[in-house]
Amino acid sequence: MEVGQMQGRLVDYTKSLFMEGFLDGQFLQLQQLQDESNPDFVVEVVSLFFDDSEKLLNDLTMALDQKNVDFKKVDAHVHQLKGSSSSIGAQRVKNACIAFRNFCEEQNIEACLGCLQQVKQEYYLVKNKLETLFRLERQIVAAGGSIPLMEMGF
Amino acid sequence: MNSSGGKGSMSTASSSAAWKAGDVVPDQFPAGLRVLVVDDDPTCLMILEKMLRTCLYEVTKCNRAETALSMLRENKNGFDIVISDVHMPDMDGFKLLEHIGLEMDLPVIMMSADDGKHVVMKGVTHGACDYLIKPVRIEALKNIWQHVVRKRKNEWKDFEQSGSVEEGDRQPKQSEEADYSSSANEGNWKSSKKRKDDDDEAEERDDTSTLKKPRVVWSVELHQQFVAAVNQLGIDKAVPKKILELMNVPGLTRENVASHLQKYRLYLRRLSGVSQHQSNLNNSFISPQEATFGPLSPLNGLDLQTLAATGQLPAQSLATLQAAGLGRSTAKSGIAMPLVDQRNIFSFENPKLRFGEGQQQHMNNNKQINLLHGIPTTMEPKQLASLHHSAQSIGNMNVQVTSHGVQGSQNNSLLIQMAQPQPRGQILNDSAGSHAPRLPSTMGQPILSNGIAANVSTRNGIPENIRGPGYNPVSQTSSMLNFPMNHTSELPGNSFPLGSTPGISSLTSKGAFQEDLNSDIKGSGGFMPSYDIFNDLNQHKPQNWELQNVGMTFDASQHSNSLQGNLDLAQSVLVQQGFSSGQMNGQNRSAAVVSKAMFSAGDCTEQGNAQNVNHHLNNLLVDNTIRIKSERVADAGPANLFPDHFGQDDLMSALLKQQEGIAPAENEFDFDGYSMDNIPV
Repeated sequence: MEVGQMQGRLVDYTKSLFMEGFLDGQFLQLQQLQDESNPDFVVEVVSLFFDDSEKLLNDLTMALDQKNVDFKKVDAHVHQLKGSSSSIGAQRVKNACIAFRNFCEEQNIEACLGCLQQVKQEYYLVKNKLETLFRLERQIVAAGGSIPLMEMGF
Repeated sequence: MNSSGGKGSMSTASSSAAWKAGDVVPDQFPAGLRVLVVDDDPTCLMILEKMLRTCLYEVTKCNRAETALSMLRENKNGFDIVISDVHMPDMDGFKLLEHIGLEMDLPVIMMSADDGKHVVMKGVTHGACDYLIKPVRIEALKNIWQHVVRKRKNEWKDFEQSGSVEEGDRQPKQSEEADYSSSANEGNWKSSKKRKDDDDEAEERDDTSTLKKPRVVWSVELHQQFVAAVNQLGIDKAVPKKILELMNVPGLTRENVASHLQKYRLYLRRLSGVSQHQSNLNNSFISPQEATFGPLSPLNGLDLQTLAATGQLPAQSLATLQAAGLGRSTAKSGIAMPLVDQRNIFSFENPKLRFGEGQQQHMNNNKQINLLHGIPTTMEPKQLASLHHSAQSIGNMNVQVTSHGVQGSQNNSLLIQMAQPQPRGQILNDSAGSHAPRLPSTMGQPILSNGIAANVSTRNGIPENIRGPGYNPVSQTSSMLNFPMNHTSELPGNSFPLGSTPGISSLTSKGAFQEDLNSDIKGSGGFMPSYDIFNDLNQHKPQNWELQNVGMTFDASQHSNSLQGNLDLAQSVLVQQGFSSGQMNGQNRSAAVVSKAMFSAGDCTEQGNAQNVNHHLNNLLVDNTIRIKSERVADAGPANLFPDHFGQDDLMSALLKQQEGIAPAENEFDFDGYSMDNIPV
């Protein structure tokens, strides 16, 4: 596939992610922050997000697995996850976190467990999508092309 | 959205250097703005750093509040603005906000993914100059430099205004002086306050003409000289002009002293409030004192001074004690535990504190009881003194103590009493804090007169706020802002950029004190309670105080973003105090805001003051019942301390109600009208 085609694919793919709500305007902000001095900025930040989130999800799983669930702690973790996911633009993860927090307030364990599942699911989905995106980008760069900037009109 | 394009013209290369080098804003400004960003979330931290760099700011990031605080402490002038997350594992963002406000007086921006009204309000009341909701967009960061400029601008403005305001206020005040030390009731308080203000105003006015704000660094020695002078004069009579004369330091202006005095008073107040707070002494302490409060006040001041003079009581301790004493009068219940600690501090001076005045002792006893509420022997005064030393604890303690214990005996006596550990101890226990709330009326006078600016204002009930650790009593003392008096006029308040909410911590202490006041304040309903004080002090116009703005224009005057910006400290402090219980409701908010406004008003004028203001607020709230009253009024508005004064009603009342005590104090601080020269507290 030649560069032009690859770039086209990338653009379409990225657009779909926005349309489906996986990503929001904040992701665009990240992309715009990337420049020559920081050519891998987005990848770096997103990787950081992945590492951090996985840790949080583990902590959450453990916290909800306790005999006496400490909802404050759970809420703190969810809040953190909400903050970081919103910072990189992982919209669906963020929304799942918001729902999660509501149940934390109610101290409803069952519902919280359900929410945790939901959050995990959304997280793995967006992780997958982003990894695909980055792969596409790498292919373009390897082929000598440049990454087209998204103009999403957000 | 790279802002680099826009700033391209600026010489980025040298911008940081230029910016850092001097106090003059380089042409490239805001490029090179030194930002410290604190967030435990690594993803956000990285993004923020990148965004800020793109804005051509100089960024330092850290993921722990403690680290940030130590960085700031090590390099007081190394940063221009701080951005902090609200939820952090090692320290609450608001707490950090308070510390910074009190110690460094830097503008602080809070941020969080939480956009609940309650949390945002908290930011306002704690003195944050802005509140950003995550995810943060770079556009929001591009303009943060405005907070830095605004803060400085306000400081200058206060400086200038103090002069003009004073005149107007002064006239009326003269008449009031009479009562100053006679009765503990509010009336006296007011007059005494006014008197003080008048003095201050007059003095300040002269200085303002120069309109120069040389940055005075209050070194330990200088401060010692200051405290010695204050003690010599008597906290009640310590007016900047005389202090200046006594100190006889070339190059020091009356304004410098005035602002430092303000801070110092706040500090003392805070100390007393803190101590009280901790030990719950307040309650007990306050009650008996009330009666004695009035007359004793003069004594207190003397005692402390004597003690200080004798060298037994380290200047700082004395200040602390004084602050505590001041704070005590209000006798807050809040003091609870700190007293215990305080006792230790004061214990050393006992003999001195005694003063010998019958009243004082009496008061002390009472006071002590209150303060130490449970501490059988420890002499509170000592505690206070020791508190002072301990610096951190002192800040807290004092605040509490003042607010609580002092109730009856005027802050000074409080302090003094503390010193007299032994005999009193027992008495203290007896008193049981009930009195504490009562003090407000009585206390006001004596303590305030001391001038110690009971800033320590330990609010009732706000035990935790007491700044304690973050607050360095030593450095802080300077912050005791008596400001309420002077500034009111100056603080036109809008720009409260105080941002740094140092006051906040102080407010908390006030809380305890506030309780007493609150009841009063509530009545006033107007925001202005604190204003009244100011009015009395110098400014008749509450407006100056920011409070007005607060109430009304709160939003308008403040940043578009949030009131927080302006009010920052004052409000937060006030609010904090009152709200510790989470009462903030709509009213409170406004009140808080108002108080902040007031608070910030004061601060705005002086950079240094900002901190002071905060301190003051705390102090105000806490200790000086007398002070608090007047101060509170100004600050908290709601505090109704001065029902008559306030005009602002709504805000104030709301504020007061909520804060219960926190509010008023704040107002007072800010405005002292002194254009505190940059007392780098």
